[in-house]
This record gives sequence, C-alpha cells and structure tokens, in this order.
Amino acid sequence: MKLPFRVQLTRRTEEIPKWLPLATSVGAVVAAFIISGIVLLSIGGDPLRVFGFFFRASFGSWGAFSDIIVKATPLILIGLGCSLAFRMNMINIGAEGQFYMGAFFASLVVLVPLVPMDSPRVLVLSLMGVMGILGGAVYGFIPGFLKAKFNVNEVITTLMLNYVAVFWNNYWIFGKYSDAGFQMTPTFEKVAWLPRLADLAKQYPVFSGITLHLGVVFGLVAAVIIWLILKYSRWGYEINLIGDNPKAAEYAGINIARNMILVMMVSGALAGLAGMSEITGVVHRLQERISTNYGFSGVIVAWLAKLNPFVVILVSILFGALIVAGREIQPSGLSFMIQGTILFLVISSDVLLRYRISIVKRQEEIA
Amino acid sequence: MSFEVILRAGLATGTILIFASLGEILAERSGVMNLGVEGMMLIGAMAAFKVAFTTQNAWLGLLAGILAGGILSLAHGVVTIHFQADQTVSGLSLTFLGTGLALVLGEGLTGKNAAILPKLDIPLLSSIPWFGRIFFSDFNILVYLGYILVPLTWFYIHKTRPGMHLKAVGEKPSAADTLGINVYRLRYIYTFIGGCMAGLAGAAISIAISPGWYSSLTTSGQGWIAIALVIFAHWNPFPVALGGYFFGMLRRFTLDLQGPMTFLGMRNPFFYDHNLVFFLQMTPFILTIIALVWGSSTARRKRRGAPAALGVPYIRGERGL
Repeated sequence: MKLPFRVQLTRRTEEIPKWLPLATSVGAVVAAFIISGIVLLSIGGDPLRVFGFFFRASFGSWGAFSDIIVKATPLILIGLGCSLAFRMNMINIGAEGQFYMGAFFASLVVLVPLVPMDSPRVLVLSLMGVMGILGGAVYGFIPGFLKAKFNVNEVITTLMLNYVAVFWNNYWIFGKYSDAGFQMTPTFEKVAWLPRLADLAKQYPVFSGITLHLGVVFGLVAAVIIWLILKYSRWGYEINLIGDNPKAAEYAGINIARNMILVMMVSGALAGLAGMSEITGVVHRLQERISTNYGFSGVIVAWLAKLNPFVVILVSILFGALIVAGREIQPSGLSFMIQGTILFLVISSDVLLRYRISIVKRQEEIA
Repeated sequence: MSFEVILRAGLATGTILIFASLGEILAERSGVMNLGVEGMMLIGAMAAFKVAFTTQNAWLGLLAGILAGGILSLAHGVVTIHFQADQTVSGLSLTFLGTGLALVLGEGLTGKNAAILPKLDIPLLSSIPWFGRIFFSDFNILVYLGYILVPLTWFYIHKTRPGMHLKAVGEKPSAADTLGINVYRLRYIYTFIGGCMAGLAGAAISIAISPGWYSSLTTSGQGWIAIALVIFAHWNPFPVALGGYFFGMLRRFTLDLQGPMTFLGMRNPFFYDHNLVFFLQMTPFILTIIALVWGSSTARRKRRGAPAALGVPYIRGERGL
C-alpha cells in the first residue's frame, strides 16, 4: 500500500522562530484537553459540563484562586528543581521522594524537638527550612552519586527511592510520632506555621479564609535565583554546556561527575523545601499523602515550561488549577490523564522544533 | 511460614515481572529503550479486567490486555523511531499517559469480579514426587507460559536468523541497513512486541495471578522493577527469570515474616512491632537499586550488556551507529 504522498522531515538549519516553542506548548495543552474530552465522551461522560465545572471550580472565586496558588507553590519549587536537572539531561523523577524527605527532616525540628518550642518563630521556621533543604539534598545525592560513579540509570533509582521515602515517612507517622494512633503526627505548635494571608483577617477582612501562605514567596525567589544562575554564573554555563554537548564539556575540562551530583542535590533541595513549605504552610503536621503527586506534576511542569524558570511559575498555576478542580471531578483519574497527555504531546511536538515537516507528492519525487 | 509456600508464590508473582522484562529485552535489543513499562502494564491490566468483566470471558480479556499494551507502545514507537525524540523522556511520558488513561477508563471497576484464567496441573510432570507438586501443579496457566517463554526468547535471540537481525539492528543499525534489513520496521515490530508483553504482564496480574483492579496499586511499581531486571540481567532471558522469581519470593517472604513469633530461633521483631513492616516493604525497592548498581557497573567494566545503539535514533543517510 503506497499513499500518493509522503511526509518528509528535514532537519532545521535555520534558527527556530521565537514563537514556535510557545505555540507547541499551548498546542499540547489544548490538544490534551480535546483528547481527554474524546476519552470522556467514549465512556459516556459529558466533556463540556466537566470542563465547565473545571473552570468554575478553579477560577470562580478569590478563595478558589488562592487555593490554586497554594497548590502551585510546591509545583513551582519542584518544577524549578526538575528543570535545572533536565538542562543537564539528569532526569530526576525523584522529586516526590525528595519532597517527603524534606518534609520529614523539617518536622524533626518540631517533633524531636531540635529547638525549644518557645523560641522565636523566625528561628523555628528558618531551621525547618534549612532542614527541609538538607533532607531533599541528601536524598538527591544518592541517585546523583550512583549515576556519576556507577552509571546507574537515574530514572529508575529516583523512582525506587520515591517508594522508599513513602514507607520511611509512614514508619515515623504510624510508629514513633503518631497522634494517638492516627496516621499523622500531632498538630505543630503555632511557631512552626508559615504566615498566611488569613492571619491578617483582623485588620483586613478581605483576607479572611484566604489560605495563601509565605511558601509562594520561596518559589518566586527561587525562580529568580535559578534564572540568575543559569544566565550569569559559571556553574549555569557548565550545566547548559554539559546538557547540550557532554563531549565538548569534557574537553573543556568540566568535571561532569561532580556536576551530576551537585545538580541532583540542588534539585532535591528545592523539592525538600517544597515539602517543608507544604507541612508548615498547609497541613501543619507530618502525615500520609502530603503530596498529591506533586513530584510527577513537577516533572511535567518543567518540560511544558521548556525549562524556563519564569514560565515554570505560569505553568504551575495552570497545574494548580488542574489539581484543585481534579479533587472534585469524576472520574477521579481525569486530572492525571490530562497531565499525562500534555506531557506526551509536549515531548512528541518537540519534533516540530527540530525538523521542518513537508508533504511531498510521490510523483514529484520520481521526476 | 514455609519455604514451599514462598517458592510457589514466587514462581507465580515472578511470572508477571518476567513477561514484562522479556518484552523489554526484545525492545531494547532492537535499540529502543521503553521506560513506559509501568504504564503499559497498567493499561493492559485495566483492559484485560474490563473486557473479562463485561464479556465474562477471560481469554478475550487476555487478548484485550495484550493489545492494549501493544497499541500504547506504538505511540512511543512513532515518537522515538520516526520523530527521534529522547527515548528516556518519551518512555517516561508514556508511563504517565498509560496510568492516566487506565485510571479514567478503569473507573468503577474496583471490587468487581471478572472472569479469570484457569489454574491447571500439567499431566505427567505434576506426578513427579515433590518437584511436580512444586513446579507443575495448581498454577495459573500463565505461569507455565512463563516457563516456556524464557528459553524460547533465549533461543530466538541467539539461535535464529530473525534473532540475529534483531541484534544487528540494536548493535549497528547502519550495517544492518546496508544488508537490506529494514531498521525502522524491525524497531517498530519489537517495540510493539515489548508493549504486548507488558500488556500480558498487566493482564497476568488483573485476571490471573492476583485478580482484581486496584487502580494504580494494581502494578505498584513492578514495571520499573522489570526494567531494572533487564539491566541487572545484561539483556539475557535466563538471569531475568532468576531475578523475577527471586523478587516474587521476596514479596511473599516479607508478607509471611510478619506471622511467626520467632524467626530462625530468634525473637521476631516484625511480629511485636508492626510498624517495622514498613521497612520490610522498602526491601524490594532497595534491592532493585542494589541490583541496578551491580548490573550497571559490571556492564561497564566487562563491556558486556547494553546494545550499542540503545537509545540512539537511527537516521538513514546520516553518520552515526
């Protein structure tokens, strides 16, 4: 069977037009919604009603919008960490585990406790932040080291470590620090709560019930720092060079093994900070399922943002909306399916950036 | 806790890993690494269960599971073979896609009863004393299929002509191309077979070995363990079988260890403190990492293992492998 025409790919030699990467990302999101709609239709659902509900549940009120930003906060931090690692072609899928480890380390400050609970709030929270960063970095070190030293595929190790982290976390919340047998620790003292806008409700009634907390500032600051590192620092240059052309980086005398470990630690540290921000800003204790697959959504966020730190923020907000709406939507796997479809389409649409696609008639070819 | 029980449970649940790993061996031998095994298994498990539930025919379910895994793998095929996308990233996104699809399409199947594949004794072999009772009696039919597929895959790869072509395409595609082997077509075929095997592995869970649909917990990371096994086994079927059965036994062992008050004459801590069980549950995942470290470092040192063109897209007329 031969079609009268064929699709031909030619490698782009010219610069990629500036609008094209953005267009492919937007196209991927739109197409993912269309495909998900078709799947919904095929199982007898009503896509228009579901997506309409989706939009109202997420952007319908200030309260809902603040919920989105709260959900976007860990995604921003994790997305930034992932994009840093991905730039060097280190595929860190372990943000989920690094998030849990960060949360665990940070909670130790309160649970052990490492400082008396009548210390100033700034001290407690800063120490928790440092511990969160440390926990994530230690957990990122393991796959980075194994990759650098033994050439072990980091995708699989980071994934396996995700499972380990969840069981580790469970041991402490079920066993050592359980609150009267429940699967959670007792609620933290108020000194270990990140400030929320709702705290200001007395002076400004507008803010009553607004859950937005300081964690989002961590995300914004981190975005600026990562951008500065990538754009102006020597280390950022090394990361980009190793990602684009490892051979050239090696000839240039860059220590690739050291950078692999370092980038995984920083990537893990950001996820760990996200874990700290989540337990101090949202749940106020260590418990099961503090993450609604943030680790995986963060991976998708990074790619959809084409590894650009500021775009990560925007995409995180979109995904925050998906998560917020996904909580109330049936079927419950829908938001996960949309995210998965988006990622797959983003990856495959990459071909548009590298190749020119033309349709050639077979007759012309012969002539 | 008895050794025989653990061994038999290991043979049964190990079959799941072996199906998925054998499929991945074939795909990777042709040069296509597919990290989407977990997603393909899940969609296979869902499709098999759904069809076996609606038709009440387990064989139709099996077919659906196999095809579902295969069809999903073709998405990875197009993206990596024709579009030359990064195989790691594409495979990963395939896992997300497959998981999401399976969760949505499998909505409402939890707790339902589907038709399941039969258990049977192998005539003659099952009457061998001890041996026959352990290996050839009262197993699900798919367990026996696993016994057959392991040597068959080895024979196919190493002793047949198509197997030689398969290796050529994965080691040096440009040379294979000059000999008139269609590199693209073979890669598509083996990616598809790999997907079908992953779908089979999923079906083996949901309608045969531990029947039921438990959304994403149905596979709970086994697809990733299967990929790690392939590396550990240096892309060879027999070590994959050993590893698969071992992991199966380990799973049962960690469950059974919680029962007795003493173990090997010592006080059994897992009986007295049930929270320690969380550490038992970590062991398969930690062992996977250890196996992976061992497999990867020996592969590099002894220059054994990974097909040379694994992960490298083939572009006709361009320099490269």
